[in-house]
Amino acid sequence: MCDTCGCGDPEIVPVEIHDKILAGNDRTAAHNREHFRESAVVAVNLMGSPGSGKTAVLEATARRLAGGQRLPPQRGCRVGGPGLGALAGDLATEHDADRLRAAGITAKSITTGSACHLDAEMVHRGLHDFPWRELDYLFIENVGNLVCPAVYYLGQAVNVVALSVTEGEDKPLKYPVMFRKADLVLLTKTDLLPHLPDVRIETIADALARVMPRPAYFPLSARTGEGMERWLEWLEHLRVLQGSIEASALQT
Amino acid sequence: MHEYSIVQALVERVDAEVRARQAIAVHRLSVRIGELSGVEVELLTTAYATFRERTVCEGAELDVRVVPARWECPDCGGAIGRGDLLRCRLCDVPARLAEGDEIMLDRIEMEVP
Repeated sequence: MCDTCGCGDPEIVPVEIHDKILAGNDRTAAHNREHFRESAVVAVNLMGSPGSGKTAVLEATARRLAGGQRLPPQRGCRVGGPGLGALAGDLATEHDADRLRAAGITAKSITTGSACHLDAEMVHRGLHDFPWRELDYLFIENVGNLVCPAVYYLGQAVNVVALSVTEGEDKPLKYPVMFRKADLVLLTKTDLLPHLPDVRIETIADALARVMPRPAYFPLSARTGEGMERWLEWLEHLRVLQGSIEASALQT
Repeated sequence: MHEYSIVQALVERVDAEVRARQAIAVHRLSVRIGELSGVEVELLTTAYATFRERTVCEGAELDVRVVPARWECPDCGGAIGRGDLLRCRLCDVPARLAEGDEIMLDRIEMEVP
C-alpha cells in the first residue's frame, strides 16, 4: 500500500534481482556435472557448424580405440579400452546416433525439434534410460550451429569445437562467443587442404588467438588419421586430470 | 534463435517473483546483455514482444543495457585492445574478460498491493 499518504493505492516498487536469466539452466547443469563427477565420466560438449565433422571425429575416435590403439583401461571391470558414449543433438533425425552406433559408440539421439541448441534439461532427460554411468567418456554432440549452443552450460568438463578448414579462415572472428568458450578447437578435414590453396592454418590460428585467451587447436583429419593420436592423448589427459581432481576433492 | 528460450526463462523468473511478492502488475524489466554473451539484443526484444503476451510481463517494458566486451590483463590490469591478441604483451599471460558476457536480470518494477 502507498504509505506516503495512506490512500490505499498500489505502490510501484523496484525489486533488485541481479541474477543470471539462465540460472535455472545452470542449476540443472551443475546437477548433471555432479552426476558425471560421481561416476567418473568425462563429459565433452562437442560443438561446431552443421557439417564441420563432429560425427566423423567421433566415428574415427571409436575406430582408433577399437583398432588396438587403446587407452589403458581404468575401470576395474572393463577390458579393452574406454567406454565411449554419445548423446547426439539433432533437429529432426536419428542419422548421427545411427552412425555413432554403427561405429561402436553407445549412442542416443536427443531430437530437439526446432530448438537450435541443447540445454541442461535436455541432457538430463537424455541420461534417463541410457547407460551413461558405465562410460569413461560421454560426448554430447550438440546441434550443428556456431551460435546458440555456446550459451548453455550442460554440465560438461570441457567444450570442444570442430572447425573444418572448408568453413573459412575468419570463422573464429565472426563467431567469437563460440570460440571463447572452447577449451580445444579441432581443425577438421585437413585432408582437403591441397584443394584449398587460399586457406592457411596459420591464419586460422591467428584468428583463434584473438578470440580465445588460451588458444588450443590442432589439425585433424578423420579420413587420413592426421591429428588422431594427439586427440586421443588429449582425451586421456583429460581423464587423468578429472581423476586427480576427484581424488583431491575426496581428500579435502 | 535461442533468444526465445532466454525470454521464456526471463518470464518464468519474473512470474516467480510476482507470486512471491503477490504483485498486481509488472511495469518494467531491466536486463543486462554482454556483447560476448551470444544474445542478440534485437532478436531478444522481438522475442520478448511476441512471448510476453498473456504472461505477467504483458504490460512490462523491457530495458536492455548492452555491455561491451572488455578484456584486460589479470596481472597488471592493462586493457587489451579490441581485435588484439588476447594476451598481455607485458606480463605474457592470457587476457581475462572483465565484462561483456552477462545475461542478467537486474531489476523488476512491480506494483504491489
